[in-house]
This record gives sequence, C-alpha cells and structure tokens, in this order.
Amino acid sequence: MESLLNRRSRGLIGISGPLVSMRYLPGVFLGQMIELRTETGQQRKGQVLELSEEMTTAQLFETTQGIDTESISVRYLPSTARFRLSREILGRAFSGSGVPIDGTPHPIPELEREIVGNAINPTARDKPSDFIQTGISAIDLLNTLVRGQKLPIFSGAGLPSNELAVQIVRQASVLGEEEDFAIVFAAMGITHRDAAFFLDAFQTTGAIQRTVVFLNLASDPTIERLLTPRMALTAAEHLAFDHDMHVLVVLTDMANYCEALREIGNAREEIPGRRGYPGYMYTDLASIYERAGRIRGREGSVTQIPILTMPDDDITHPIADLTGYITEGQVVLSRELHRKGVFPPIDVLPSLSRLMNLGIGEGKTRADHRNLADQIYAFYARGRDLRRMEAIVGEDAMTTEDRRYLDFARRFEELYLNQGNRERDIETSLAEAWQLLAGFPVTELTRIGRQWIEKYLPADNEDEESEASS
Amino acid sequence: MQAAGSIHSIAGSAVEAKGLTGARMYDVAKVGERGLMGEIIRIESGVATIQVYEDTSGLSIGEPVGCQGHPLTVELGPGLLGVAFDGIQRPLDSLRQEEGDFILRGTSIPSIDRDRSWSFSPAVKQGDTVIGGDLLGTTREGSRIEHRIMVPPDIGGTVVEARQGDFRVEETVVRIQTGAGIVDLSMITRWPVRIPRPFAEKMPPDQPFITGQRILDTLFPIARGGTAIVPGGFGTGKTVVEQTLAKYADADVIIYVGCGERGNEMTEVLTEFPLLEDPQTGGSLMERTVLVVNTSNMPVAAREASIYTGITMAEYYRDMGYDVALMADSTSRWAEALREISSRLEEMPGEEGYPTYMGTRLATFYERAGMVRTLGSNGRTGSVTVVSAVSPPGGDFSEPVTQSSMRVAGALWALDTSLAHRRHYPAIDWTRSYSLFTTRLTPWYVEQVAEDWPVQRQRLNRMLEREKEILEMVQLVGEDAIPDTERVLLLGARLIRENFLRQNAYHPVDATCPMKKQYWMLSAFLEGYEVILSGLAEEIPLEDLLAVGAIGDLARLNELTDDRFPSASEEVLNRLKEDVSDLAEQIRTQRERFEEEGEGGEPAE
Repeated sequence: MESLLNRRSRGLIGISGPLVSMRYLPGVFLGQMIELRTETGQQRKGQVLELSEEMTTAQLFETTQGIDTESISVRYLPSTARFRLSREILGRAFSGSGVPIDGTPHPIPELEREIVGNAINPTARDKPSDFIQTGISAIDLLNTLVRGQKLPIFSGAGLPSNELAVQIVRQASVLGEEEDFAIVFAAMGITHRDAAFFLDAFQTTGAIQRTVVFLNLASDPTIERLLTPRMALTAAEHLAFDHDMHVLVVLTDMANYCEALREIGNAREEIPGRRGYPGYMYTDLASIYERAGRIRGREGSVTQIPILTMPDDDITHPIADLTGYITEGQVVLSRELHRKGVFPPIDVLPSLSRLMNLGIGEGKTRADHRNLADQIYAFYARGRDLRRMEAIVGEDAMTTEDRRYLDFARRFEELYLNQGNRERDIETSLAEAWQLLAGFPVTELTRIGRQWIEKYLPADNEDEESEASS
Repeated sequence: MQAAGSIHSIAGSAVEAKGLTGARMYDVAKVGERGLMGEIIRIESGVATIQVYEDTSGLSIGEPVGCQGHPLTVELGPGLLGVAFDGIQRPLDSLRQEEGDFILRGTSIPSIDRDRSWSFSPAVKQGDTVIGGDLLGTTREGSRIEHRIMVPPDIGGTVVEARQGDFRVEETVVRIQTGAGIVDLSMITRWPVRIPRPFAEKMPPDQPFITGQRILDTLFPIARGGTAIVPGGFGTGKTVVEQTLAKYADADVIIYVGCGERGNEMTEVLTEFPLLEDPQTGGSLMERTVLVVNTSNMPVAAREASIYTGITMAEYYRDMGYDVALMADSTSRWAEALREISSRLEEMPGEEGYPTYMGTRLATFYERAGMVRTLGSNGRTGSVTVVSAVSPPGGDFSEPVTQSSMRVAGALWALDTSLAHRRHYPAIDWTRSYSLFTTRLTPWYVEQVAEDWPVQRQRLNRMLEREKEILEMVQLVGEDAIPDTERVLLLGARLIRENFLRQNAYHPVDATCPMKKQYWMLSAFLEGYEVILSGLAEEIPLEDLLAVGAIGDLARLNELTDDRFPSASEEVLNRLKEDVSDLAEQIRTQRERFEEEGEGGEPAE
C-alpha cells in the first residue's frame, strides 16, 4: 500500500450528486480515502464506494459544486477513514470529519483507528448492570438507564429533547465524578442555536473539560454526516476501552444522518426501501448503535443517547422504527403532555428500557422497584383508556372505580411526571410513586408482592381501607 | 481442488471474480489476500459473483480468489452444545482468544474443538451390517445429552472394526467395508447447510410442544415439529418470548439463532443460561443450548447464512432422536440480508425491494421443521420445532416477510403494541393469533391433562369473545349503563387476562407454568366467575360482590408453585364461595327482617 501514498490521477469520468467516478487506478481499494483538488487549490475529501476494472466510484463528503471533469486532480490517501486518538482529545472540538475547529492543532496521537469500528465479539461483551441515576422519575423508576445501554430519545419538532438530554448528561456526570467519565457529543445537521445550547450546558456544569465535541451543523456538508457519528464513537471507544472511562455519547440528530444516507442511496441509483430510505438502513444504523456496551475485563463503558426527531411525530416512520428495533428501548416525548405544560413530557406508555431489569432491584435500587413500576404502568394505562372513554360517554357514565383510575392518571401526569427541573434521587422517585398508590384497595395492587405492600404503602391508605370495610 | 481467480469488481459484500474455472454455484470461495470467506451466488460469462461473509473494505481489484470446491458446510459432532458460533459456525470464544475483543477478518478456526477427547462406546461390533442413519456408538455430551454417532446417510456396509475408548473427534472410531472400499468413520461429519438432512418419513403433528406459557399452551398450542411465527413491532417482546421458550420449553436441545439482533441481548443469554438450572438434569441450561450469533453489526452475508447453519445443527440432533427447538430471532433480518445482497446483484426487485424468491426461500426453511422417523434400520423419532420472530416495519403485518411467513407457519402468535405499552406480557393478541394444530392436539390434552380440557378452553374463548363485544358497547354508553351480569363478566375476563394470559417472565415461579397448573388455574377462574355471577342471583349488590377479598387471592394463584395445585385453587374457590354465601346470607337476613318488619307494620327499633 506504501506505493499508493500520494498517488494522483487527473480528470473524472462523471459527477452525479455527491458521487464522482474516475478511471480505475491499479491498487485502489474499497473504502480508500481520496482528496480532490480543484485548479484553484480547493480540497474536497471523499471515499471509494465501488470498484471495477473500468471505473472507481467515490462519494464526496463535501459539495461537488464548482468541480469539473477536466482539471481536477485526485489524490489517493493511503488508508480508509481514520481518526487519530489520544486522551488529549478531551476538551477539544472537531468538525464532523474530525478536523480540529478550535484553533489548536490535532493532539499528538497515541494511535490511529479506522472509524468503521469492528463489531465487538458477543462473547467479549459484559452484561450492562450499573444503574445510571438521571434524576428523572419517568426514566429512573419506569425506564431505567444502565451503563453500556443505547437509549434514544424519540422527539418531535419543537419538543424539549435537548433539555432532557442535557439533564441526563448532567446527572450521569455527577455520579461519575469519583470514577473517570467523559462525554462525546456528536452534532449532525443541527442548528447553531441547538449546538450552542448543548455547549453552554456543558460549560455551566463544568463538564466541558471532559467533553469531546464533533460538530456538523445544518450549514455543513450533508454527506460529512456519514462520518460524524463514526468519528465520535471511535473517540468514545478509545476513551472507554483504552482509558477506562465511562463515556456517554450524545448523537443528535439521527434523522439528519438518515437523510444523508438516503441522499447517497439515491445518487447510487439503488432500489429504495420504505419512504426512499435505502434497504440497508437497518444494518447501517446498527453499525452505529451497536457500538455501545461494556467489554469483559475492561473498566470503561460506552452509553449512547441518540436523539431523533420523528417526522410528523410518526413513530412508525422508518427512522424511528429501525432505531427502535436496534436500540435497547426508547424514551418517547409527547406533544400532548408538552402542551399541558408537563416537563419532562415523557410518554411512558410507548417508552421502554429493555435493560431495566439488569440495573434495578436489591442492591442496585430497591427490591420493590420492578413490582412498583409494573403497577404504575398498569394503572396509568387503564386510566388513559378510561380517559378516552370518558371523552365519549361523559363523566357521569363512569363508575366510582373508573374515576379512581382517571384520578390516578391525572395525578401521575401532574404530580409525578411533571417534576420540572427538580431532580429526584431514586429513593424519592420510589417514595412518591408509592404515594400515588395511596387510596387504592390492596386487592387492586395485583402486581406488587404482599411484603412490599405491607412495607411501603403509605399508612393513611391502610386506615381508609379498614374504615371502608368495617 | 483450488481454482484460482482474481477480483474483477467490488460493490459492498458482492465481489466479482474472473478465472474461477470449474466453480459451481454455492461453492465456498476465499477472497483476497486476507482470505475472506464467501459463497458463489452467480456465474455469468466467466465471471463469478461471490457474496462475502466478512467486511470487504480494503479489498482491491486483482487480488486472488480461490474456490474451495465444496459448498458451505457445518461441522457436526460432539462439542457443539454450550458453544456460541457466528453465522458461519466459527466458535466466538475461540475467535476471541485468537483475535481479541473485536471481530477481525479472515480468521479461520475449526468449529469443533480438535483437541478435546470424548469417550466413545460402540453400539456395533465387527461383522454387523449397517446402513445410513444406524447408530454406531455414543458419547456423553454434558449431563443431559447422549451424543449418538450415526452412519452418514450415504454410506452402508459391514463393520470391520469398532473401537472403544477416548478419542478426539477426528480419530477413527469405526471402520466400514462398503462397496467402494473401507471407510474410516470418526465422530465428526460435515453437511452442506443449504441441503436438508434426509429422513425416512415425516410424521403427523399430534404431540404438543409444551412451552410453559399459559396463553400459548392453552389457546395457541404448537405441535412438536411445527412452526410458529412471532411477529411484533419493536418493544413488543419478541426476544423475551424467544428467550423464555429457550429457557423453559420442553425440548432436549435448543438452537438459538440471534440473526441480526442486539449484542447485549446475546450477552444476556450467554451470561444467564449457564446459571440457569435445567429442571430435568440439574445441570446448566447451556448444556442443551447451541447459540448462533450474528448481531446486527456483523457482516450481512453471514447473517443470511446463519439460519441455515442453525437448522442444519438442529436436524443433526433430530437425527439422533431428540426433540429440538430452533428459535430464530429474527427472520426479518435474514430477509433484509437477502434483499441487500439481491440489490447488490441488481436483480429485479419484488414487493418492497425484496427479491421475488424470498417467499420460496422462507418456505423452504420452515419446511425443514417437522417430526420425523429417522433413517436407519430401526429409525428413531425426532423433531425440529421452529419458532421464529418477525419484525414488521412499523408493526404493520401486511408487509411481505410477515405475509410470506404466515403462509407457511402453523401458528401465529401476534404481538400487540398496545398490550406491550400497558406492560401486558407476553403481549400476544388473543384476538389475532391462531394455531392450526389445535384440533390435532386435542386428543393429547384430553388424555394427558383433563377430560374436560376442550370444554374449558372453549369457555375461555367464549368469555374473551364476549368481553370484546361488551367492551365495544361500554365504549359507547359507559360501564354504568350495562347490566350487572355483563359487568361481572368484564371482571371475570379481566381477571383471566391479567392473571392467566399475562405471565411474568422474570418471576421465579410464574416464569413457567406446567400443564396441570394451567388447567387448575383456568378452572378456578372460570368457576370463580360462575360463583360471583351466582351472587348476583342472590341479589347481592354488585359493589359488594366486586370487593370480595378472595378475588385478590384468585389473582395471585400464578405465584404458587405447581405442587400446591389443585388444593390451593380449591381452597381459594371455597373461600370465594363462603364469602359470597356469607354476603347472600346477610342480604337474606336483611330482607327477612325487612319483610317481618313490613308485615308487623312496626318500624325497626
């Protein structure tokens, strides 16, 4: 490969969208990085996508505007896309393709890695089991996050997903203080305003020194977004598995990433899948999301919080759908709750944490946690059903029993979910959840073990009970 | 038998090679300097297209390609159980020792440990005549399985020598004089994954595959050798259903294929199964399990191969006379892999971009399930039951993979998003699911469980059906406006839904439910409903009836171990009857007093 260093060819066969094609040069390999240079000396980076004896096709990460087929020279770099790594990347900011943008040169690397990571051998993985306290009851009690999990936030336009993400990051970093923690923040096609919000928040909490930022803003080249999450995750894996840190990766906004993927797919004239997105989008997204987890015998962990905006709040949209099939649950924001002024507006019914059971229970949170969460879910779901019915048949037609559930659903939203910026530790989240159950006959609490009811159900409830039955 | 060629073009996992003379379809090829493994899937005017099982980046034109001259095969022999393989049967643990925590490329490793020795006891002696499928001898594989070494299907003759003692898998244990000379047989054989292993005959599906899940065994049972599909949107609990069955279902061997799913989930299986006790032997559950793991970020082409790798191993244990269950999670990812490869080949797409042959391939795969009489002079009976998860995009069952699967599967266990949202697990929608095995299996249930089983089952079905109708009405007029008898039915149906159909996979007792317990629970619920209903006839006010304490006890029957049945359920029923008759008694005394006072014309007190 040495011989390929700085090899050049001149001229292109064709340009179409973000794709350029040129005559095949022996030795070129799949995934190789290239650099186009215009007559005026501008440089554009790209990567080889397809090879045949006649032709090489590459995708350009930057705009093809101003490129012609005659005067362009193509330089073949000696490797696939890589990122140079060291502990010193902490506190630094890079562009979406890994170039420093904070005015100082790239830190002296300890090593360099291909950004297309290798899959972790499933037998090497360690089971995620450490509870991350986010301070948000809807997550801590009902959809618990654990280290090494990938838990996306499904948001809609105008919903406060950024605020929620920042709150999670803040809490997770507080707990991590005794241990080594880091944040990797990758922005893909988000506005300057959103990016500034995150950076400010990291600044205020003092986490900025432990943050690595990769910024591809809305005004930056679209195709570059295909590199950004991979750069970020390569950095995260380095910090986690070479430097034993607990790394929280925030990827926002995955919807923009998927748009970039669709653009390339269309340019390659591939047969599109649902809504024009490529058929391999599941596999492609998996190659990002699956880079979370823990490895046996290593201290660190990579936890992912991808944020995605569901077009038209549609959870069946391919971006949300495929993400949900890969990630270990999802936190879904609700426009209705947001309108009611509930913050954080998490709709717990479609939300889920698949790894919850690994992070809760005796010795982690509390032994009654699972039972309690199940009971809250059952009651709230019933209350929501009845609410729909009430809208049709009117309040008068509801039985006393029904009203109890309606009241539960209302209290759950107004008092429990709506915690504002106040953070609750897990003890408080548990206690306040028990408080919600006060007033229900013990016979209705079928999802909770008897011993927990005796131990935790607020006492005034017992009194009411005995009065009622006597 | 190495034909040498060179790379002509590369597009993703599809590589075209020139100069592979004599290459046949589906032969295995080694691609590039690193020797990446692949399979020939098209030959056209001297150019062979190879689907490569590993990441192709870094490959360049002109690199060598070698054809192995045989199709993709798996190794079969003792030492498969308890191991996690990747989609092309490379043992992941050995891969890890070889190349570290991340999966690299081009590593080839034997599937079965060559150094381990097994104690072989022959079942034949010199001079015996044997045919394909006959038992040659046995060795113990874990505490549960007696690994039976069989004569390969295409060989027969007279035993020249049968050795006894400790052997490694490649050492000769039996020598047979065949028409074509003496054949040395070892404990290991190979079989091409895309060709079903032969058997003598298929048998009718008249024995149930007991899963330990109430809703499945009671309402939607599947036969041994049957196929069931579990479609559901994300978060509906497909994987939990698959894993729960892998833990508790009544099978001798479990092949669990994690096809394009999450890494952490496989870690869960890998760490949890060795700790779980096999109720039959006391050993670990891992001793009856083989994992085939190709997570979503591992190469797509190997994902396509993984279900064939899995089912070939399943057939192998079936041929020994075992009941094998194959869990495939999920076949949608397999179909997507097929679509991706097909699109790289620029084939004409069918529905939603899937190749037109997707349905046929899927059907061929499902048809490898079945209960069979094996080859051999006194054939054994073995079965392969397939339970496969399907992941329809957007939870929409009208998509091609779900539809193609439904055409061939014998049972549909449809998962429902709204049930999952209220944490009703397993989120199997009883209105939408079905089983085509029910009628065939009824005699077994009548004989083995209870005479009135079909009746009770029918009562349950009617009750759920009636509940659905009433709920529709309630949606219009409110629960207050319907008759009390119907409100009692709603209560009864809700009890059944929440405490019988719902089952907690993480509860130490409730996670699995033996048939007897299922029967006694169901009877208690149905009977309990009748008792409450009889209270209405006694003119007990509905509110009082619904508050009867024994109803709560009924709801907790699922937490009791099966040895406490039927006494526990009878006890609860008796309590319920007492409570109701006490109430009735109270009402009667009140009424009598009222009537007496009425007759006496005097006010009370």
